[in-house]
Amino acid sequence: MQFESFTEFLHMGGYAVWVWWSFVGTLACFALIAIEAVMRRKTLASEARKHAARAERILQARQARKQQKAAH
Amino acid sequence: MWRWLHPYAKPEATFHLIQKLLPWFLVPGVVLSVLGLVWGLAFAPPDYQQGESYRIIFVHVPAAMWSMGFYVAMAAAGLLALVWQIRTAELALLAIAPVGAVLTFISLFTGALWGQPMWGTWWVWDARLTAQLILLFLYLGVMALYVAFEDERAGAKAASILALVGVINIPIIHYSVYWWNTLHQQSTVTRAITRLEAPSIAPEMLYPLLVNIVAMMLISAVLVMLRLNNEILRREIHRPWALKYLGIAVSTPAANATTEKE
Amino acid sequence: MTEHVTRAKAAITTGHTAAVKTTQQAQRVVSSRKVFQQIIRRDLRVAMRQRSDLLNPLIFLLIVITLFPLGVGPGPDILGRIAAGVIWVSALLSAMLGLERIFRDDFRDGALEQMLLLPVAVELSVLGKIVVHWLLTAVPVLLITPLLALLLNLPVQAWGVLWLTLLIGTPILSAAGAIGVALTVSLNKGGALLSLLLLPLLVPLLIFATAAVEATLAGVSPAGPLALIGAFSVLSVTLAPLAVKAGLRVSVN
Repeated sequence: MQFESFTEFLHMGGYAVWVWWSFVGTLACFALIAIEAVMRRKTLASEARKHAARAERILQARQARKQQKAAH
Repeated sequence: MWRWLHPYAKPEATFHLIQKLLPWFLVPGVVLSVLGLVWGLAFAPPDYQQGESYRIIFVHVPAAMWSMGFYVAMAAAGLLALVWQIRTAELALLAIAPVGAVLTFISLFTGALWGQPMWGTWWVWDARLTAQLILLFLYLGVMALYVAFEDERAGAKAASILALVGVINIPIIHYSVYWWNTLHQQSTVTRAITRLEAPSIAPEMLYPLLVNIVAMMLISAVLVMLRLNNEILRREIHRPWALKYLGIAVSTPAANATTEKE
Repeated sequence: MTEHVTRAKAAITTGHTAAVKTTQQAQRVVSSRKVFQQIIRRDLRVAMRQRSDLLNPLIFLLIVITLFPLGVGPGPDILGRIAAGVIWVSALLSAMLGLERIFRDDFRDGALEQMLLLPVAVELSVLGKIVVHWLLTAVPVLLITPLLALLLNLPVQAWGVLWLTLLIGTPILSAAGAIGVALTVSLNKGGALLSLLLLPLLVPLLIFATAAVEATLAGVSPAGPLALIGAFSVLSVTLAPLAVKAGLRVSVN
């Protein structure tokens, strides 16, 4: 460990602002992309589910109508 | 020789391949990232001249390297898309571009944060910085061109053309520090690898740097893979394999398809 | 029976020969050079019909150059130092104004598709259009460069080099510009995107051109930057038609 204490570590020999903003900024950029990817996957899945459910409902409606007509 | 690659021209095959490969990139990527960051921030010795601020190198150099590397990968995908009309390659182009642009942006802003305390300037129009800025514009241009067309395939082809035309910028960036007297220092790592000289950086700093370089490559690759799979899903969302993967049951219409007179 | 077969065979043979002859007649040799000249002549004629279109970039150039001293302050040494850059940026902007014209009007009325269908290499037709663009936007700039250098207080010893950089470098503007226009010609808001696409390609040119003039002003030989501009020029004029052809195929389909 190059630093005597945690406070010194955060202080970074006076360059705290520059060093920490660099690292935090980098991590934030990667995090943003990762979050966007995960959220996009969820949206795609939910859209697909909604679409399938709607298709299912349409199918059921058609079959119900057919059965009604057959019953007459 | 390339025949084993042919099945992956189909997006479905690539999707499943990526799903299998993802853990192999993610786990080492995270482990090496943590290792590299802790090593670089806490255990590497301070620099004789720059003190602690030099630690920015551990994100700056990997980001700069891979901004160029991923551009070449993107251009290669563009070549495949343009010449062989491979669908998956078009999607790969779209997947790589934002990640590469972010890497370029990271290299530029960490460079600025390093330059201000060290050389008293946020920005200088020297060869390497200017060329890196040009790289950012190239990435943005590729992304803008891709989405500007109504027909997505036309947009992909146009973006591929731009990506290929811009490849010439990569050697310019790399050799700029040799061709011109610039503010930016000359390369240490690649010189060590390609010329087999002793690197002009102390080994206690070189090793964490190498770890961070590999880590950033793995993490960026994971992001590209996630994005690529999303693009593939988006394009193939109505196909049976995609619905099966998402766990959505599809009831097939009744076999007796009698015409209905309503 | 055999007579019928023989006569049929004879008819087929004559028919075949006749077909071959017609194809040969149809395949008159098309002179690429002639088509190239035709394209240039036609484009120039069309451009001359709307002379205002030609003058607009030039007037724009003059206005920009007049505005700079007003904005920066007329101190002769400051102006002299930025003169080369200002002139080059203005040349770049006016070249971009003229770019839209190469392909857009032809795209709108379908002439571009016809050009792609000509029996000559598309690259040649494209090169013709690039030449026309250079003639219409760069030549006027080259003609009034002495005036511009005077207005911006560029020291006289650098006038020659400035003119040389413009002479060698403006083909790059036309060639790289054609690539950008080819990719965006079918888009509605292509104009803004065009600037974004061209900037990365043209920044090196700008850097070397101003470096050449600065070298002359410092008493050093400008041969290095001039040679590099020359190399870029040859490279871009040779290779751009390929990229333009690919871009046009994407845009027109």
